[in-house]
Amino acid sequence: MTVVESAPSAQLATDGAVRQITYVEALNEALREEMRRDSAVFVMGEDVAVWGGGGVFGVTKGLVEEFGTQRVRDTPISEEAIAAVAIGAAATGSRPVAEIMYVDFIGLAMEPIVNQAAKLRYMFGGKAKVPVVIRAQEGAGRGNAAQHSQSLEAWFCHIPGLKVVTPSTPADAKGLLKSAIRDDNPVIFLEHKVLYFSKGPVPEGEYTIPLGVADVKRVGKHVTVVGIHTMVGKALQAADKLAEEGIELEVIDPRTLVPFDEQTIVDSVKKTGRLIVSHEAYTRSGYGAEIIAGVVEAAFDYLDAPPLRVCAKNVPMPYSAVLETAALPQVDDLVAAARSLVNKER
Amino acid sequence: MTAEVEARDSHATSPLHGDRLREALRLMLTIRFFDERALALYRAGEMRGTTHPYIGMEAVGVGVMLALQPNDYVTSTHRGHGHTIAKGGDPRKMMAELLGRATGYSGGKGGSMHIADMDKHMLGANGIVGGGMGLATGAALTALLQQTGSVAICFFGDGALEQGILHETTNLAAIWKLPVVFVCENNQYAMSASAAWSVAGGDPAKRAAGYGIPGVTVDGMDLFAVNAQASEFVERARRGEGPAYLVCTTYRFHGHHAGDPLNYREKEEVERWRLQDPIEHAKRVAIESRAMTEAEIADLEQRIEAQIEEAVEFAKNSPDPTVDQLMTDIYA
Repeated sequence: MTVVESAPSAQLATDGAVRQITYVEALNEALREEMRRDSAVFVMGEDVAVWGGGGVFGVTKGLVEEFGTQRVRDTPISEEAIAAVAIGAAATGSRPVAEIMYVDFIGLAMEPIVNQAAKLRYMFGGKAKVPVVIRAQEGAGRGNAAQHSQSLEAWFCHIPGLKVVTPSTPADAKGLLKSAIRDDNPVIFLEHKVLYFSKGPVPEGEYTIPLGVADVKRVGKHVTVVGIHTMVGKALQAADKLAEEGIELEVIDPRTLVPFDEQTIVDSVKKTGRLIVSHEAYTRSGYGAEIIAGVVEAAFDYLDAPPLRVCAKNVPMPYSAVLETAALPQVDDLVAAARSLVNKER
Repeated sequence: MTAEVEARDSHATSPLHGDRLREALRLMLTIRFFDERALALYRAGEMRGTTHPYIGMEAVGVGVMLALQPNDYVTSTHRGHGHTIAKGGDPRKMMAELLGRATGYSGGKGGSMHIADMDKHMLGANGIVGGGMGLATGAALTALLQQTGSVAICFFGDGALEQGILHETTNLAAIWKLPVVFVCENNQYAMSASAAWSVAGGDPAKRAAGYGIPGVTVDGMDLFAVNAQASEFVERARRGEGPAYLVCTTYRFHGHHAGDPLNYREKEEVERWRLQDPIEHAKRVAIESRAMTEAEIADLEQRIEAQIEEAVEFAKNSPDPTVDQLMTDIYA
């Protein structure tokens, strides 16, 4: 197991003096700090510099003023070129952070991500490295409908050679983005549009969070809930509700899906005997199925009940608030699932 | 003896004379013999997968490469052996890679379509049609940001003229004035489909006007014509004046790949193009300009054949990769 260099959530829980900033501000700080630290780092994407005033959600706000238009580059709406050119720059000594505005658009850029970035190193016998970060945001909850609300992390987890990061808190977003930029591999860094304006404690000053280390967001002994993005927060709300009836959830955020800290989750399931996985991505072939498979292989004898998926319905994301809410996994779905697992033996 | 080739006078003002011309001939012949040997190995069942011979197109790769500096970048295509040799690649490590051996460029992990020489700024052959366009444009972006003075060359075939990435990267390179030259090797056929059918609008060089960049079509069987136009575009890019399109009209004497049944073009057409053999043309110029005698050329050919044969022996005598290498080199 990798040792945690610093674990903000643990240290922050007891430190009331830590400032509160948004997920967007945390990401912005990470970019700014890494660009100051390493002149090879640069940012490119649609509306990230002058035209959009720092990104559609403001993640790159102010960077062009500090670093100029050479290192903060507006691109046309050319997703394949954004990814492909960033990858070419990375293979030749730059460390680009390329933004795909919505992960839904990344279908246009899958070729260079899957066939170039992920494979150059292997195909060339280890003689190339591709230190590129491709940022995108995903997720539903804002009425953006079917082509602006998907969670597509599983696509990238399937491809050897890519790393996949999914932070759920401002502190994790900052520490993980800094690690992603310093990583010598292609990293798909997936933010969540609803989390952008959530606030949380973020330490002042320099810290990183290593890729491949899960964070136990709440300790409990009855059911392990592995959540991605917004489902971490919803799992914590479910835990509060269930605590009133004596059911304790252990909530784990894997934070990175590749590399994946399976040990932390297996250890938790060995303690609780019950597992729920939860994400906004479609249930079918979602990453939750992979998590369950790993746990079943490693800890089958410890399971007291079949693992459950509390994930999005297998449907294009609808526009109507009523339908969108019904398509997404909710706190009450987690509560019901946890109850059903515990009651199986009661 | 040199074969009949059409008379041209493009060499009259070319910087490729004397030693430079001898070097060009050495590279062209090395490519020719390497790919002929690769075809023979494939047909003898000693090679897996397939190979895409560059035979007939040598003037393009060599003509462009002799316009470059060592720090300039190159991206290639399925048909990458010629580019790798012309950029200074090692035929021994190439041949070992073709045979999937541990001593090959990629330790046997890549094969014919994935040979790169990163130290020589050769960013790889590519198994995706158009796959090199982003890499070359990105290399040009690194050159711009880090002010290295390098230029990137993106080789692509007429098949990639129909890929979307060409439009996106050309547009981006043009608005950012990136030092990249897009070199279309129009060898007339994309797999089996004729470019006369698949490429809308006639001469592909005309497309450049739509991006406000220069585009020129040259005789791709003429080493000197290719080199002259490539030099102009490379130096223009190096001066910071942005990208250009260089279309080289050429022909592959063999099929798309080693197993191509070649049922889509007439024998007479192939024979017509063989009369334009770029190596025979360069040889004739070498002799007429007294850069080399026929005897010296024959001697050079013998030496290169021996070098390629030695590369084959090296490859055949090299070990296969060990299975413990399977899961290495996935991540840095």
